[in-house]
Amino acid sequence: MGGLFTPLSWNDAGFILTGIWNTILISGVSILIGTVLGVLIGFARAESNKTVNFLLGSVLDVLRSVPLIIQLILFSTFMGVMGSPLPPFFAGTIVLSLYTMAFMGEVFRGGFESVQNSMIVAARSLGMTYWQALRYVRFPIGLRSVFPAWLGVALSVIKDSALVSVIGYMELLRTSEQLISRTQQPLEILIGVGIFYFIISYPLSMYGRRVERKNAL
Amino acid sequence: MIQVQNVRKSFGDLEVLKGIDVEVQKGEVLSVIGGSGSGKSTLLYCINAIEKIQGGKILVDNIDVHDKATNKDQLRQKLGMVFQQWNSFPHMTVLENVALAPQVVKKMSKAEAIEIAKKELEHVGLGDKFDVYPTKMSGGQQQRLAIARALAMRPDYMLFDEVTSALDPELVGEVLDTLRVLREEGMTMICVTHEIAFAREVSDQVAFFHQGVIEEIGPPEQVISNPQKETTQSFLSKVLS
Repeated sequence: MGGLFTPLSWNDAGFILTGIWNTILISGVSILIGTVLGVLIGFARAESNKTVNFLLGSVLDVLRSVPLIIQLILFSTFMGVMGSPLPPFFAGTIVLSLYTMAFMGEVFRGGFESVQNSMIVAARSLGMTYWQALRYVRFPIGLRSVFPAWLGVALSVIKDSALVSVIGYMELLRTSEQLISRTQQPLEILIGVGIFYFIISYPLSMYGRRVERKNAL
Repeated sequence: MIQVQNVRKSFGDLEVLKGIDVEVQKGEVLSVIGGSGSGKSTLLYCINAIEKIQGGKILVDNIDVHDKATNKDQLRQKLGMVFQQWNSFPHMTVLENVALAPQVVKKMSKAEAIEIAKKELEHVGLGDKFDVYPTKMSGGQQQRLAIARALAMRPDYMLFDEVTSALDPELVGEVLDTLRVLREEGMTMICVTHEIAFAREVSDQVAFFHQGVIEEIGPPEQVISNPQKETTQSFLSKVLS
């Protein structure tokens, strides 16, 4: 036996891949749920009166202002204290989804509000019902205009998902931390992890920029 | 026939229409002129049930527009409307802009709707723009697109709300030409307009609005060429000078 520490080897690839997969999984699910909820929240805020807006806005403000890492630990601990501890994936997904929703809600609200009322009146004057005008005019125009902003939030969620490691979810960062404690090769491993996040984020952000330019024309 | 009977409309404390009476027969063109804030655009919005009224009655083919039992969405299919701002749908090509409402509202097949859309676009002189996005077009072209979009619903009446007011002067002519074509074809129209010469040329009746009432109404030879009321005379001398 080679002692307590063994260097990084190809046998670790599967372990790292699991971490990568779990990062993609929790980010993907959270972005999906956060986007769906964000569209609803954004629409509700664009449509509703001051009181509803104020209440919704306060909840979103809390979600956006309290650091994600604190929300994760608080929620996970709270569920444990309540006697129904959640597996890290579920606790992480719930918190990350709500966090994503808080940001997406503002993104989509801006999108819906950017569609001028006169555009809706024009659609209604063609005989469209409220819902038809919503579905064929307001939603597509509002959603399209916010795509770059949506992508920006999605990218930061991918990166923020690393924080879910604090509640024990085996995503990329946590798997690499475990590898580091075994191999004592923090530099190589963390650089590798950094490159992975870069490879995911950079092409997407370039794509977002391109769409933005195209939309601006 | 469109019948407007003693219509009153207020925004809060401000009464914008103070008892409007006017009738437009099938095939007629009514032009509405007057200063800004005189209530002329509001009248169109009330006819199309975009705005509620506080008194009186509006009948379109004997359908009471503001009756609670009236299906407003169905009613609006009879009434094509074009606005000062053209409001092209930016996420669709020109052809899709026009073909949308027939598909969604009239439940036409896509092929049918496209065929009508092509016909109406050629009608307004945009036969070469099918696949262009409206944001690439001039204001005059987009306004003609808005006209085609309204016509594709095959309305019985067209309401034009200052459709040339937001256009650069050199683009006004092409839109007015399109309106002339519709007039030739016998479309019933109400045109709220600042184009006095155009109103004189195409109208059967001209109504001069002043502070929420019709000061003077009649054939253009009378209202525009030989106005009786002092308010009409002073308005015309201002806009024609």
